[in-house]
Amino acid sequence: MIFNTILILALVLLLAAILFNLYRVVKGPSSADRVQALDSVGINLIASIAVYSVLLHTHAFFDLILLIGILSFIGTVAFARFMERGAVIERKR
Amino acid sequence: MSASGEVVGAILILLGAVFSLISAIGIIRLPDVYTRSHAASKSSTLGVLCALVGTLLYFLISEGYFSIRLILGIFFVFLTAPVAAHVICRAAYRHCVPLAEGTVEDELREYYQPDEDFEGEDQIQAQGNETENPAQAPLQMNHMS
Repeated sequence: MIFNTILILALVLLLAAILFNLYRVVKGPSSADRVQALDSVGINLIASIAVYSVLLHTHAFFDLILLIGILSFIGTVAFARFMERGAVIERKR
Repeated sequence: MSASGEVVGAILILLGAVFSLISAIGIIRLPDVYTRSHAASKSSTLGVLCALVGTLLYFLISEGYFSIRLILGIFFVFLTAPVAAHVICRAAYRHCVPLAEGTVEDELREYYQPDEDFEGEDQIQAQGNETENPAQAPLQMNHMS
């Protein structure tokens, strides 16, 4: 019973972290702030999924952790390349 | 047997959630892209690693289930979160996002704008010996790209 309460408290803390990150996404002055905050939202989402799978006593969501990690990294790198060079995939010259 | 797993899992998961919240507070309060990236990458990575290790130990102790996918997730997050922060910071610097107000010294400036009022090693070497210029040009291109 105390264990479930601690898990729900951890989920509430992670929700607060995601909301703070979304505040930075809305307000951030440069686009690098927004990309950084969205990457951090993805990482907090991974932690939330882990805590939620403990809360539900299932291990069906562990694929999702790996998937969100990979997608968040690929999206961040693609957007950084777009900000640096103006194109995500460059042509050969 | 199950109680010890619950204790270990609860402690690690709560620690991870608190670290994630501290990272988010740092993202709100710090003045600069680079300091914000510092807060976001380090403490958020530590928080998610604590939560994932707590989940792994809970399932390992209470059910005897060892998840190799969770190990892969831990390894992948540990490997890619600092790389993502580095790439974002480099893109921000090359986009000329300004630094914070109290910044004292900007050591990267001589690499990215070498011809702007800067009297450093690069210009002295370029004036000194002309023969080494072709050897130095690819080196500088390595810095630029």
